[in-house]
Amino acid sequence: MKKLLILSGKGGTGKTTTASAFIQFAMARAFADCDVDAPNLHLITHVGAEPEKTAFRGGNKAHIDPAKCINCGECARKCRFNAIKAAGAVRYVDEFACEGCGVCEYICPRKAISLQPDIAGELTLYRAGRAFSTAQLRMGRGNSGKLVSAVKSALDAAAPDAAFEIIDGSPGVGCPVIASISGVDMVLIIAEPSLAGLSDMERILRAAQIFGVPTAVCVNKYDVSPQQTAHIEAYCQSRGVPLAGRIPYDTHVPDAINAGRCIADTDCPARDALKRVFKNVVAMMGGAKALEIAAAD
Amino acid sequence: MKLAVLSGKGGAGKTLVSVNLACAAGKAVYVDCDVEEPNGRLFLKPTDLVCEDVYTMLPSFNEDSCIGCRRCVDFCRFNALALVRRKHRLFEEVCHSCGGCSLVCPMDAVSEVKKKVGQVEYGWHGRVRAVTGILRLGEASAMPVVNAALAHLAEAELSIIDCPPGSGCAVMGCVASADMCLLIAEPTAFGLHNLKMVYELAALLKKPIGIVINRELSPYPPLDEFCAENSLPVLGRIPYSEKYARMSAAGEILTESDAEASGIFHALLSRIGGELQ
Repeated sequence: MKKLLILSGKGGTGKTTTASAFIQFAMARAFADCDVDAPNLHLITHVGAEPEKTAFRGGNKAHIDPAKCINCGECARKCRFNAIKAAGAVRYVDEFACEGCGVCEYICPRKAISLQPDIAGELTLYRAGRAFSTAQLRMGRGNSGKLVSAVKSALDAAAPDAAFEIIDGSPGVGCPVIASISGVDMVLIIAEPSLAGLSDMERILRAAQIFGVPTAVCVNKYDVSPQQTAHIEAYCQSRGVPLAGRIPYDTHVPDAINAGRCIADTDCPARDALKRVFKNVVAMMGGAKALEIAAAD
Repeated sequence: MKLAVLSGKGGAGKTLVSVNLACAAGKAVYVDCDVEEPNGRLFLKPTDLVCEDVYTMLPSFNEDSCIGCRRCVDFCRFNALALVRRKHRLFEEVCHSCGGCSLVCPMDAVSEVKKKVGQVEYGWHGRVRAVTGILRLGEASAMPVVNAALAHLAEAELSIIDCPPGSGCAVMGCVASADMCLLIAEPTAFGLHNLKMVYELAALLKKPIGIVINRELSPYPPLDEFCAENSLPVLGRIPYSEKYARMSAAGEILTESDAEASGIFHALLSRIGGELQ
């Protein structure tokens, strides 16, 4: 099985649009949305099945029994996350600050504190001939990396025979991105031609290098700044990062998103460019045959 | 006044609005908490930079004192420790620096050492103090760097917190530090879907909320309906403009180079002030 992960560093550069188009071009049987903070792929990629939803237990949160608490403050002194707050004569736990380490439970002289399982998000799996795994992190939760790993495991379990998986990633270079990179065969970075886009692309390229995954870059909305596009491409060439192509700014894209459709279904310049990028990426990953997809034309 | 600028979706225009508001205000503190991909400094180009390292604590084991009781390994809720042939192995990336292992050790064999996880740099753009948190590449947890950046918020003047995307723990930390939230909405189905999540978060923490619609090509009625249903004031609308896109791509600050844009951000600034009255 070959896995393609789509990342960007900077947000809003076109990861999900690209992922949805690739899924359509490849007629992919297995795909996932690992942007668990702000998942959007399901808005434009429809599998046509009722999803299976599962609560995701991310970790634990401490609870203080007010009947047992003597307000000695030992827990607050030992908590590294500033999660113990005072309310009158008792203490309570700020559930958003608590990381569930158990130090307070250990230190409490009255055994007033217990750790209880916490629902940190919801996993969603669509299955109808093909498998689509996605999730939503509960607000304010810090378990995004673990949830990303769970999304990927759910996909592998639902489509063990798929030759090709397409994974939509999240912005940034931190926890969810690191979790999404593990085990993939290739990362495609969607870059935006701006000073900020170049800076973020450099960071995500270096992060991908740390994890040793082959990486290619494509520039979206390249015509917004031909000059910055040239900078991005020159940067990639100087470092031996392959370029997968350019996509023009095209108002058909927001129109398609707002209509809940994949851009691959609209005859427009962005679709044609995405198809060329797709073919290049397929070639980089060993060709259509290896990925068991019909040769894109 | 501390203003958190957030959006849920990435690329909606948080940094554009944050930087331009700070510059329109003249005297302000700009704090970039999008530590995974900090970009405000590319526009503000701060001078007289000072840089501070941000550390977390990691346990260090004195194997000579260790009696192999495994209490540290068993205590760790994050499975960050293993004891292999009487030697400790630490999986740094999952350690939360809670200090539990040193607390439970009966032999005082666990001490803590500093590990650099990022930096905070600060400097000046005119009378705007620009603070940037930068996460070290390969580090998973942004929280220590976000907290170090938030420590630079000022009470007396306008402080603008440029938040990370999403609605996770780092965003929560930023919103908790703010007096008001400015939600930047991209007028698309993606933008609205992600806006709803940060709206819930800001509402949960009972912060006053204002909306800015960015890159408006044509009206997207579901977004306006959502704002109306939830009585969310739309404090500003920034039209899509090829000129703005080009200027932003080149790292220019719109308020400082374009009269029309300057008018938009000054008007936004006064409406934010009005909302808080």
